[in-house]
Amino acid sequence: MYQYDTIDKDMLADRTAEFRGQVARRLAGELNEDQFKPLRLRNGLYLQLHAYMLRIAVPYGSLNPTQLRKLAWIGRTYDKGYGHFTTRTNLQFHWIKLSDAPDIMDHLAEVDMHAIQTSGNCIRNVSADPYAGATAEEIDDPRVWAEAIRQWSTVHPEFSWLPRKFKIAVTAAPKDRTAAKTHDIGLNLKRARDGALGFEVMVGGGLGRMPYIAPTIRQFLPVTRLFSYLEAILRVYNRHGRRDNIHKARIKVLVAALGRDEFASQVEAEWEKIGTAADLPDTEIARIRGAFTPKAFETLPAVSEALEAARAATPAFARFVRNNLKPHKVAGYGIVEVALKAIGETPGDATSEQMEAVADLAERYGQNDIRVTHEQNLVLPHVKLDDVPAVWAALAEAGLATPNMNLISDIIACPGLDYCALANARAISVAQNIAAKFADPDRAEKVGELKVKISGCINACGHHHVGHIGILGVDKKGEEFYQLTLGGSGAEDASVGQALGPALPYDKVADAVDTLVETYLRERQDGERFLDTFRRTGVAPFKEAVYADAN
Amino acid sequence: MPMRISLTDGAFSLTEDPFTAVSDDWAIPQGDVIISLTRFQAEGEGLLSEGRKVGVRLESHEEVEALAYDLPRLSVVALAFPKFGDGRAYTHARLLRDRFEFKGEVRAVGDVLREQAGFMVRCGFDAFEPADGSTPEDWERATHRFRHVYQRSTDRRAPAFAERGE
Repeated sequence: MYQYDTIDKDMLADRTAEFRGQVARRLAGELNEDQFKPLRLRNGLYLQLHAYMLRIAVPYGSLNPTQLRKLAWIGRTYDKGYGHFTTRTNLQFHWIKLSDAPDIMDHLAEVDMHAIQTSGNCIRNVSADPYAGATAEEIDDPRVWAEAIRQWSTVHPEFSWLPRKFKIAVTAAPKDRTAAKTHDIGLNLKRARDGALGFEVMVGGGLGRMPYIAPTIRQFLPVTRLFSYLEAILRVYNRHGRRDNIHKARIKVLVAALGRDEFASQVEAEWEKIGTAADLPDTEIARIRGAFTPKAFETLPAVSEALEAARAATPAFARFVRNNLKPHKVAGYGIVEVALKAIGETPGDATSEQMEAVADLAERYGQNDIRVTHEQNLVLPHVKLDDVPAVWAALAEAGLATPNMNLISDIIACPGLDYCALANARAISVAQNIAAKFADPDRAEKVGELKVKISGCINACGHHHVGHIGILGVDKKGEEFYQLTLGGSGAEDASVGQALGPALPYDKVADAVDTLVETYLRERQDGERFLDTFRRTGVAPFKEAVYADAN
Repeated sequence: MPMRISLTDGAFSLTEDPFTAVSDDWAIPQGDVIISLTRFQAEGEGLLSEGRKVGVRLESHEEVEALAYDLPRLSVVALAFPKFGDGRAYTHARLLRDRFEFKGEVRAVGDVLREQAGFMVRCGFDAFEPADGSTPEDWERATHRFRHVYQRSTDRRAPAFAERGE
């Protein structure tokens, strides 16, 4: 993975020194909360219901064992012994004291980590395919471009005070594991017939109050022109994005208001004026690429006898392999999904001990590489198939081997009313109730791929709009109600879910999901996922079943 | 005479401001003035012909392109920050310098805090009316906070990739 050089390290040191000064001025009363707020937000510090929350950037979801151990240590030292991995592949600590924050930043900087621009109206942590460098599907390594974007967007002179937050995702595989089309900019690497690399550029996706799937504004942007094109997009947005209404300030609203074609032509006109001066020299891309050179893989047989024997002997392991082991580009290796979705636990939470267990496994079996997924799980991208039984045993011991990837209990949920000052309703306990309903792994496997996503308010941090089943918490006269949507997807077949019917009370949600699943099992035709069945039948049979039950 | 912070040859200092900022409902006084875009479009020609120096205050929703042909005759463009989080003026400053090659003073006015110093200098501002009582020393410190930068910008500072290539 990318190693910080002196320049990158100096940047972090200078940033933490600046932040330490700002906190000191705040604590001394020289800055009031209004003045301090945008400064702390740019350093990942939110004031939540009970304490400060610190959001630490995990650029393109990539961690090494030393970094993960440091996060575990911070969790134990400054928080309550756990952290929460987010849909932006960041890590949040929810119980931080303001006066500790500068010290935490220094500890992070020791391992080349930071909280820069994890909040505020600026370019946020860039995300990328968690299988980068491991999947045979990819056309190029998206991390190369994500790292270049990380640097370019850090303390950007012109684009640090945007109308609203700005999120960029980079993927390089036909199967989209980044939810690129729900981003302000989604970049999908492609190869032209002549072999040249380019990006499909999608702009103006987003969730929140007004969900939009990003339209493509350019089918093929030569990779050498990426940064001038990004500058053009950001400049059009910085000038013309709305600043009068926070709810209409995202770029998606500008793109929708102008229409895709007009927005695209404004970008192209600006891009022409910028010329190549803003592009990154090939030498710098080559330098970054060097940091992501493929790992040294052994020549191994495609089928591992050790794995096959363990699979035959241990049904629980066989289930783990079926659901959590994904194909690797190199024969004899696999991609192991580490579940942060144990039944009854908070989706995305990991204790300090669990982080250390994963760090140990990455070191021993995983080429020191760990990824965070936007679906709030971890990944060991390079594990020898021969080692998978041992990895599974260690994960199971740490409570990290729930064999439910992409199944109904692999739920995305925001922190909800348990932590967040914005929430209208709980999200975590709804997720726990649904997971408990489908705790029988045979049943969950029979149901197959089903993405449930839960948000505790309309800000949609739980991505409910793009859940196959989406659940949105709303407040009705002081009571928690939940609006269900069906048929959303954040993947390459992206779409926004459709409302099922009137909102349901808290204690009816898990039952309703159960009914939806039963309806699907009744209606499904060969090989259909829940999403496919819904797209074929429409909402009618589902609606009928759920509200028949409710009456 | 009122003062502003000026950046000359990389150094910040407090300098006397010969310009009077004139709002639209005031009569134009003697001497050098900074007026709104609307007023400039109506009265600018006359004022310039009197031989005085004229500057224009551009609000953040106004377009720099509106000044394109007049820039060579202007001494100052004052870019307004209605709120410190409103970042449009950074783009305006870059366009003034890089696209229209404006050589006069680009001044930050409005909700101008020392926290913005680094961004402003990188985008081509060279005069500042801080709203937080900050001094030239504060601005000096704030702009030298980061020993490196990652991007090319209007200030022509060598970005990280150029330093690495050395």
